[in-house]
Amino acid sequence: MSADPSLSGQTQTASETSAATGDLLGADVVDADTYLSVEEEEERIYIATPLQMMWWRFIKHKMAIVGAIVVIILYLIAIFAEVLAPYNPETYEVALTYAPPQRVHFFHNGEFQGAPFVYGLTQARNPDTLRMEFQTDETVRYPVRFWVEGDPYKLWGLIPNSRHLFGIGEPIYDASAGEAAEAPFSTIFLLGADKLGRDMFTRIIYGSRISLSIGLIGVALSFVFGVVLGGISGFYGGVIDVLIQRIIEFIRSVPSIPLWMALSASLPQDWSNIRVYFGITIILSLIGWTFLARAVRGRFLSMREEEFILAARFAGAGEMRIILRHMVPSFFSHLIASATLAVPAMILSETSLSFLGLGLRPPTISWGVLLQESQNLRSVALAPWLLLPGVFVIITVLALNFFGDGLRDAADPYH
Amino acid sequence: MSSFIFRRLILMVPTLFMISLISFIIIELPPGDYVTSYIANRMAMGDDVRQDEIDALVIRYGLDQPAPVRYTKWLVNALQGNFGFSFEWSLPVSDLIWERLGLTVVVAFAALIFSWIVGLVVGIFSAVYQYSLGDYIFTALSFIGLGTPNFMLALIMMWVAFAYFGTNISGLFSPEFVDQPWSFAKFGDMLKHLWAPAIIVGTAGSAGLVRTMRANLLDELSKPYVETGRAKGLNETRLVFKYPTRVALNPFVSTMGWALPQLVSGSIIVSVVLSLPTTGPLLLRALLTQDMYLAASFLLMLSTLTIIGTLISDIMLALLDPRIRMGG
Repeated sequence: MSADPSLSGQTQTASETSAATGDLLGADVVDADTYLSVEEEEERIYIATPLQMMWWRFIKHKMAIVGAIVVIILYLIAIFAEVLAPYNPETYEVALTYAPPQRVHFFHNGEFQGAPFVYGLTQARNPDTLRMEFQTDETVRYPVRFWVEGDPYKLWGLIPNSRHLFGIGEPIYDASAGEAAEAPFSTIFLLGADKLGRDMFTRIIYGSRISLSIGLIGVALSFVFGVVLGGISGFYGGVIDVLIQRIIEFIRSVPSIPLWMALSASLPQDWSNIRVYFGITIILSLIGWTFLARAVRGRFLSMREEEFILAARFAGAGEMRIILRHMVPSFFSHLIASATLAVPAMILSETSLSFLGLGLRPPTISWGVLLQESQNLRSVALAPWLLLPGVFVIITVLALNFFGDGLRDAADPYH
Repeated sequence: MSSFIFRRLILMVPTLFMISLISFIIIELPPGDYVTSYIANRMAMGDDVRQDEIDALVIRYGLDQPAPVRYTKWLVNALQGNFGFSFEWSLPVSDLIWERLGLTVVVAFAALIFSWIVGLVVGIFSAVYQYSLGDYIFTALSFIGLGTPNFMLALIMMWVAFAYFGTNISGLFSPEFVDQPWSFAKFGDMLKHLWAPAIIVGTAGSAGLVRTMRANLLDELSKPYVETGRAKGLNETRLVFKYPTRVALNPFVSTMGWALPQLVSGSIIVSVVLSLPTTGPLLLRALLTQDMYLAASFLLMLSTLTIIGTLISDIMLALLDPRIRMGG
């Protein structure tokens, strides 16, 4: 590999003779930067590291870039959940059961206010259905303030703080309104409230922590299983290979959801939340590893016959050295891409299991746990925003899929 | 051909044996059993449970024997069509599972048909009119379809049907038919309810098929023989359907093998949401109450279904493609 810039002195001659190489790679890269002269262009490609070339291929996928940005934003949200959420996820107010989402306004009576605000919420009995219904009280405005005092929290369980990214300030009463019959609730519920009057926006943000991390940890676990077992299978071949392949085929022939359901139902009821979390992660990766193992094995099989492996063997390199120094680096990027594509499947599975009540249980907050509330059609009809955690699941899965697709194409353009 | 099928049938035996073993082990895993949780419940209600009553229950359900003995008994009986006894329902398991399994197959099959039709029609359209507005819309929809968990789709459809059309799409039968024996009227009623679960379960699969069909057909359409046909003045419709489509069809059959486990899996969760009288709700309940013979039999039968489905798809593929027949 011509990763070392000091080699660039030779490129002048090399690039003339290796027009074929230039064409081959150039076809991919020309669009990325059209303003370089042909010579510069060829030199640039010649001295590019594999990682650079991957990057050039990756940024050509518009959807992959969008996906990557969304994924980064989602994980940042999960990391800084305490700061971003305006409330504590367990702060409840029974009077606010199923309060509707509050819209952020800029204009009041047609006048631009200069700063965003929300209207107050009040309750009134509907004369037809006799049910208490929420109404916006347009005479009271709560300006949206940033970095405000709110429920105290500990960031990452360590740093005590009580400032939130946004919240509401002191109410502004309309002069024309006079005394409101009932003082409005001073809340900012961007995505409404749940059965206990807890802020959905806050809970979704906190839920992202579990839902997104279970995907990562689960895939990391399957990655270890998959690489080790797939590697053994592909490298040694023979009886071990047949055995591992049989096991993989067997696991795949069993419908996964019933299997997951049975395994999660067998987790003892008295386990703490953290143990259940890891239990579920392990259960999910029990099936996930098979896909990665297949990919690794395929790579090992095709690479075992390659000249550079043969050369390494003739040069007297040991098995471990061949595997770790020569084989693994050449398919690692592809593996990372496959692993990225496995994350959304994990997230979906966790959501499904928790939704059924077999996965994580309240008070743990994950998107699946939040969706449990929407199992009841009546509450969904009353409060459609209970379905919103599902929208976040869909966005996450889509973004990860696009990101992973782009990564795979970049890592392995010939596959 | 017959030797191929025979070989595959022989291979099924160890797989099924393994599945039965693993189903049983998983069900055995949780500490305690149905009798302990039953007694705990009775105690909680303030009932006094006598020791001899407990012993009688334990012996009645054979829980005093070691697990391997119970497994062997269960397996031997299962081979004769007796799957044991459901603690919770106080009924033989075989009375409970067959109709539900049958309906699971019906739902999975309807979903398969739906995904095939959508995959075929939309896939061909998207390939023939590549980069048209319709292609972009379908591409976007298929990506969303792939990313939406099907229970979520079920929830959304139920909510939309309930809130905007005032109908309820849950269940598989109208109330008046639920407890009736099978008849043509009941069958017709089921067909009227089947569309919703079929669409919900089939969406993810059809999104995948649209992608494959589009990609395959695009590959074929750019081949010289298509160009030749066009140069010779062949009618465009005939040109597309006569050869390229047929070649591109292969993956439909080959993906059926793994589509089936997914459809069965998907139908389990969806049927819990839509409360369909299929395996889903009963399996969930059996797992939660440790009704072990019922749960283990469901696991075993669902896996068997999947394996038979995979076998059928392999046979169809072998019929289509001689290389597989000879090689395997």
